[in-house]
Amino acid sequence: MKRIISILLENESGALSRVVGLFAQRGYNIDTLTVAPTDDDTLSRLTLTTQGDDQMTEQMVKQLHKLIDTIKVVHLTEDLHIERELMLVKIKAADSDDRAEISRNVEIFRGHIVDVTASTYTVQLAGDSDKLDAFIEAVREIGIMEVVRSGISGISRGDKFLRV
Amino acid sequence: MANMLSGGEIVIRALKDAGVKNVWGYPGGAALHIYDALHRQDDVYHLLVRHEQAAVHAADGFSRSTGEVGTALVTSGPGATNAITGIATAYMDSIPLVVISGQVPMAKIGQDAFQETDMVGVSRPIVKHSFLVTRTEDIAETIAKAYYIAATGRPGPVVVDIPKDITDPSYKVPYKWPENIKMRSYQPTNKGHRGQVKRAVKTLLEAKRPVIYAGGGIILDNASEYLTQLAQQLNCPVTNTLMGLGGYPATDRQSLGMLGMHGTYEANTAMHHADVIFAVGARFDDRVTNDLDKFCPHATIIHVDVDPTSISKNINAHIPVVGTCTAVLKEMLSIAEQLELEPDAEAIKDWWQQIDQWREDHGIYTATRYEPSSGALIKPQDVIKALYKVTDGEAFVTSDVGQHQMFAAQYYLFDKPRRWINSGGLGTMGFGLPAAMGVQLAHPDAAVACVTGEGSIQMCIQELSTCNQHNLPIKIINLNNSALGMVRQWQDMNYSSRYSQSLYEDSLPDFVALAEAYGHVGIKVTRFEDLEEKMRECFELKDRLVFMDICVDQSEHVYPMQMPGGSMRDLWLSKTERT
Repeated sequence: MKRIISILLENESGALSRVVGLFAQRGYNIDTLTVAPTDDDTLSRLTLTTQGDDQMTEQMVKQLHKLIDTIKVVHLTEDLHIERELMLVKIKAADSDDRAEISRNVEIFRGHIVDVTASTYTVQLAGDSDKLDAFIEAVREIGIMEVVRSGISGISRGDKFLRV
Repeated sequence: MANMLSGGEIVIRALKDAGVKNVWGYPGGAALHIYDALHRQDDVYHLLVRHEQAAVHAADGFSRSTGEVGTALVTSGPGATNAITGIATAYMDSIPLVVISGQVPMAKIGQDAFQETDMVGVSRPIVKHSFLVTRTEDIAETIAKAYYIAATGRPGPVVVDIPKDITDPSYKVPYKWPENIKMRSYQPTNKGHRGQVKRAVKTLLEAKRPVIYAGGGIILDNASEYLTQLAQQLNCPVTNTLMGLGGYPATDRQSLGMLGMHGTYEANTAMHHADVIFAVGARFDDRVTNDLDKFCPHATIIHVDVDPTSISKNINAHIPVVGTCTAVLKEMLSIAEQLELEPDAEAIKDWWQQIDQWREDHGIYTATRYEPSSGALIKPQDVIKALYKVTDGEAFVTSDVGQHQMFAAQYYLFDKPRRWINSGGLGTMGFGLPAAMGVQLAHPDAAVACVTGEGSIQMCIQELSTCNQHNLPIKIINLNNSALGMVRQWQDMNYSSRYSQSLYEDSLPDFVALAEAYGHVGIKVTRFEDLEEKMRECFELKDRLVFMDICVDQSEHVYPMQMPGGSMRDLWLSKTERT
């Protein structure tokens, strides 16, 4: 089962490697990982997704808490939350049929064409992971040249927030 | 004008302000500014070892026997990597250490410079935390944090990596020692949740077949007194883990001895039949539980630990309590006083009757369960018994890893905490002698015995030279069976006695001559009737390191031994007998 874990940690060198190392040394995989400083630039916000049962996830959350640089850890999938992923896709767009087909799909999926050349379109799309997967399937036959996904960023719904 | 100090001077001054009196280490290029500052003062005493692994083990032994944070100082590259085994040993047993390593200058980091190793990277999975100091101004605060982190919460080793240019003698900055350390990201829990503690007390009081399973946390948190009080108030049997020996007095009637793979029959069987298990400062290690699915099928588990990750990691706890052993045990004692509940005396009496029967049937303390020694046949168990007798059970005993370690754990009855010093988690051969150096330094007048084997001792034997330089009169008790005993035992049991690479044949050194070459005393024992007398002779030489080379029976196995894939009570009791 997919688990989304969100972490607030000190924005210090080595902090990220401790988080990543923890997964490797305990034998767990990270499926996606996003990290960036927050509005307070002494803090980094990290969202990662992994697969596991309840017991494993509880153990991972506790292990993450134990890291000295970690300030807060929350298991987002336990509760109502919003998850978003950003994707950039470069697609072959050599003839007008393909271009039209891509444009139609971009409209349906509420994406944007952000770069155009004589032979390619680059599409930007945000949403949950299933939506991004669906778009890829929709344009696969036209010819995908490159896919870049940011990994999931998540936030809890409602009044709860993760802050120092 | 503030006190202006160079980085090297700040390191030493900060150690002094952290309360450090001695440091074990080995100099080298990247650490030379620090070593020069060390030379120009008298507050911090440095002991030169012969290999960095030993520096860390010695700091570790010092810490285990005193409760203080141990300190080691090494250089970059090979100095740092040699320290790794020592750091991993301390990490697995939650020993508070600060290891300071020199690093190549900032500008050279990443250039594959001479003696460069990414120490923070290499040590990452085996430290509680680590720092790379990048400014001279940060040294004092970083060292203060390192000691704070090492000693609080679940203790552990902390690495401070300091590039050479940061300690440059020509660059001086004002020195300020931070009196208080506050870290928003690190606030260890001490007191247990009161409601949970209350539930724990009630459950324990209502138990009919309770067992207290006490681990190394009792020792680390100096909680023996409270554990003993609680156990005696409840008339509850106590078993200690390998790391917890001495946490409850072993000669007391309520002690069942050690549990686990080589634990006593009564401890393992009582655990299996218990209705309530009170685990305190223990972590349900695989060398304790045997098969997790068959573990203690009737028990309600109460688990007290300072580290939340230890709780419900291997065995699900019904009543988890996060807190230090001392704080929680004290609170339990006070709650037990307030509650108008008494243990079920009748049920506890029956439980003790059952346990005493188990002791009678197969206990290693109610009868000798191995073939007796005589003449040239010296049983390793009898060596430990002689050691116990000659030292009146009062010695500090360090050990290496293997059969001798298990015999020492079984037959030297520790009544006090911090007397039994061994590498339980990592199982580091070579630990015993350097750890004994740390113990002897902390307790200069005490009898310190290093129980070892001819395999383990050769992994750090160079430290005999360190002992000579620093006058450390350790007594080395070498159980010499000319084989890697525990490996050989497993080969007997699982590989039809094919002794793959576990026999030394005629290659062993003359240990007596070797000890003498290092300036020490060597004593060889080949006959049982000489054992006790020679042992006395050894301990009478109070000011000398004595190396006792004792030829013991090669064919002996350690029993009891849990059967793989079984429950706790499924044991081999001898080569032919099983439960």
